[in-house]
Amino acid sequence: MSTHSVVSSEPEGSRSKPVGSGVVDCDIHPAASSPTEVAQYLPERWRKHVSTFGVRLPNQPTINIVPYPRMAPGHGMRMDSWPPNGGAPASDLGFMREQLLDACNIEFGILQPLSGGSMTTNQELGSAFCNAMNEWQLEKWTRKDKRLKGAICVAQEDADSAVATIERYAKNRDFVHIAIPTRTMEPFGRKRYWPIFEAAERWNLPICMHAPATGYHCNTPSGWASYYIEEHIAFSHPPQTIVTSMILEGVFERFTRLRIVLVEGGFAWVPPLAWRLDKQWQIMRDEVPHVKRPPSGYLREHFWFTTQPVEESERPSDLLDTIRWIGSDRLMFSTDYPHWDFDDPSRAFKIELSREDRKAILRDNAVALFRLNE
Amino acid sequence: MSSPYLGAIDCDIHPAVPNTAALTPYLSAYWREMRVLRELDRMDLMSYPPNVPLSGRPDWRPKTGSPGTDFDLLRAQALDHFGVRYAICNCLYGAQAFYDENMAAAFCHATNDWIQKEWLDRDPRLRASIILPLQNPDLAAEEIERLAADKRFVQVLLLSRCELPLGRNYYWPIYRAAERHSLPLGIHSGSMFRHSPTQCGYPSFFVEDHVSQTQAFAVQLASFVSEGVFAKFPELKVVLIESGVTWLPAMIWRFGKDWRGIRAEIPWVKSTPGTIIRDHVRLTVQPLDGPSNPQDLQRILEHLGSEDILLFSTDYPHWQFEGDAVLPSGFPENTLRKILFENPLATYPRLKETVQ
Amino acid sequence: MSRHVVARVGEIAPGQRKILEVSGRRIGVFHSNGEYFALLDRCPHQGASLCSGMLVSLVDSSEPGEYRMSRQAEMLRCPWHGWEFDIRTGQSWCDPAKVRVKTYLVTVEPGAELAKGPYVATTYSVTVEDDYVLVEI
Repeated sequence: MSTHSVVSSEPEGSRSKPVGSGVVDCDIHPAASSPTEVAQYLPERWRKHVSTFGVRLPNQPTINIVPYPRMAPGHGMRMDSWPPNGGAPASDLGFMREQLLDACNIEFGILQPLSGGSMTTNQELGSAFCNAMNEWQLEKWTRKDKRLKGAICVAQEDADSAVATIERYAKNRDFVHIAIPTRTMEPFGRKRYWPIFEAAERWNLPICMHAPATGYHCNTPSGWASYYIEEHIAFSHPPQTIVTSMILEGVFERFTRLRIVLVEGGFAWVPPLAWRLDKQWQIMRDEVPHVKRPPSGYLREHFWFTTQPVEESERPSDLLDTIRWIGSDRLMFSTDYPHWDFDDPSRAFKIELSREDRKAILRDNAVALFRLNE
Repeated sequence: MSSPYLGAIDCDIHPAVPNTAALTPYLSAYWREMRVLRELDRMDLMSYPPNVPLSGRPDWRPKTGSPGTDFDLLRAQALDHFGVRYAICNCLYGAQAFYDENMAAAFCHATNDWIQKEWLDRDPRLRASIILPLQNPDLAAEEIERLAADKRFVQVLLLSRCELPLGRNYYWPIYRAAERHSLPLGIHSGSMFRHSPTQCGYPSFFVEDHVSQTQAFAVQLASFVSEGVFAKFPELKVVLIESGVTWLPAMIWRFGKDWRGIRAEIPWVKSTPGTIIRDHVRLTVQPLDGPSNPQDLQRILEHLGSEDILLFSTDYPHWQFEGDAVLPSGFPENTLRKILFENPLATYPRLKETVQ
Repeated sequence: MSRHVVARVGEIAPGQRKILEVSGRRIGVFHSNGEYFALLDRCPHQGASLCSGMLVSLVDSSEPGEYRMSRQAEMLRCPWHGWEFDIRTGQSWCDPAKVRVKTYLVTVEPGAELAKGPYVATTYSVTVEDDYVLVEI
């Protein structure tokens, strides 16, 4: 909660310059205006459960759901994102329109609800809670503003229930992806998750994976980090594990049209990981005979990366190398609104991108991937 | 035709303990008895199972025994063949991963004596890292004090995956002793096998687990800097051994960007993380996870932002390259000189104390 | 360079601020520990409304585990990425040599010398009841 007061403030409407055609924002975090706003979509049995036992998360030491408190109020919100009419950041559609959708010329905004249902240790609750999040998105967001596109939140640790949830919502084109957190209980290429891939591929829906605030395993392979800054650096690691696991488990030999979007995990690590995967696979390919060609090939075909927090190389031109190595067709712009490390589409890139690249990254790649024109 | 690496300093080779019986002369009476009673043997660290291709290039494997156990073969192949001036022995042994801290200390002690007597004493080109029982930092500091007078020990050995992030002040007795004796901390790719190797649980495959090691190195660096280890021990140097190298620029960018906004959480970090890392951290070049295009390789190495960072290594007998192509082509002359000679000499001050 | 009235003395309470447009620029005027400071309301990083950020102390340290506080409420945290700016000089803490936000000289003038007018002053009328805060741009 913001505790300061500003004597005079004006809306940010004119702050950002439009970037020609519209921008697709691949990472918006909508919020509830009250504790019961999402819970109202739960069956009575689960509403009662949630109010007494809560939505329990793994390795959550205190009631506050972020074990590593952020260096910004509201668990890491932009200080100017509290709606003037009250409520949490990103809980008010009107203010979101003003401050983000209109101000930043957002043609489509992809919702990433970060559902506790995907991470709660109570699997039945998880499935019910994800369904509630999906209903909530329809009623509060996607039906009210056609620019906003929803996520089918699923409880991935129970693959059967996740598939059932996908089947329930996939026909509704208000939903353009399946949302799964990056810190899954097992590496995401493992067989237990393959039914989800089958459904995703059959429905032609990408899976967007975003870091949650807690996880089943230590945030380093050497125990738990002390500081939020270490945790934030470590957010870029589960995406690498996802890439490594899915490729080496042969997921893409079986699911040749599956598409994975790694959200808010950074992207400068992609080329070095591709090189390392290829090198180690050359040496030890006998261990994984189901991987039929160099890993980097699968990486290039099946993974996309959102840009926020945009990489800030020490020498700006170094970032151009990175983008060239990844391919400007694999990057998709995102703001992460309303979080503190928000990227403004007109100012986030401090490097000179070609017009084609800029348009591809800020709009066209996402339009194609999420099939936003269909 | 003389080796292009003539006179270089090889910062990572792997002699291996052939079996636990070889350590018997260096064990106390208690542990000699326990070794027999409890059938303590095959204590090789599982980070490099002997038969896995990575653990030994086919032409570098002895006819019998695990890679690195044959002294004459190592001398011929690693030392004579490449013509190196020195080679630093990093003996990866399971003692660093034991659960019993006393057993760990006893077997690290024995391994260090074994290295001294049966490797360092047998060839004047050999140098070594002191193997430390990370289970108990006070015992580890004692081991450093015990061996510090032998200047052929030029480094102390830690592993990339331990019980706690290595920057934690729990480990500071080690760093205090190491700094005092001008011993860099060598963090080698490996594990104490206490925690899940990834935040998403256990990889199915060895190759998958091994690829994930870059994450371990990244978070250890984040820990050293964030916990203020270099503020507390300003002379301390850290060498990341077998990390893969090219992951580092991305980590520096992210760390630096985060630090600008999160600085007040760790106010004892008073320069940019990139500056601190370039001042204190070095990387051995093997493996070099790079693109096949030589220009792109030079580009990613330029992203490191320092000519002082890379240290030559063959990683003998691990399988990282074919034939004699230790380094890919495309390195400018000056850069090569730094990698082969100048950077290692600057990083390991104790090398100069026993010049041969 | 010209001076513009931005507030009456007493309008901005200690520890508070006012953000307004002066001469085509948004600026924030701060009343901190008995002094006034004014900064351009645009973070040099990505253009956020810097002046709506939180005012904090300067946190320094001489060794791990020590937190030394000084300059209470004189550091402005950008509301987006949290960069810290010294409101006296505009200097950013993270990279003092490179990053700076534009600051403006703030003076407090007694009322008799100035006319009260709209806060983006273009006309003047004279009152002597109050002291005025003016900004020179």
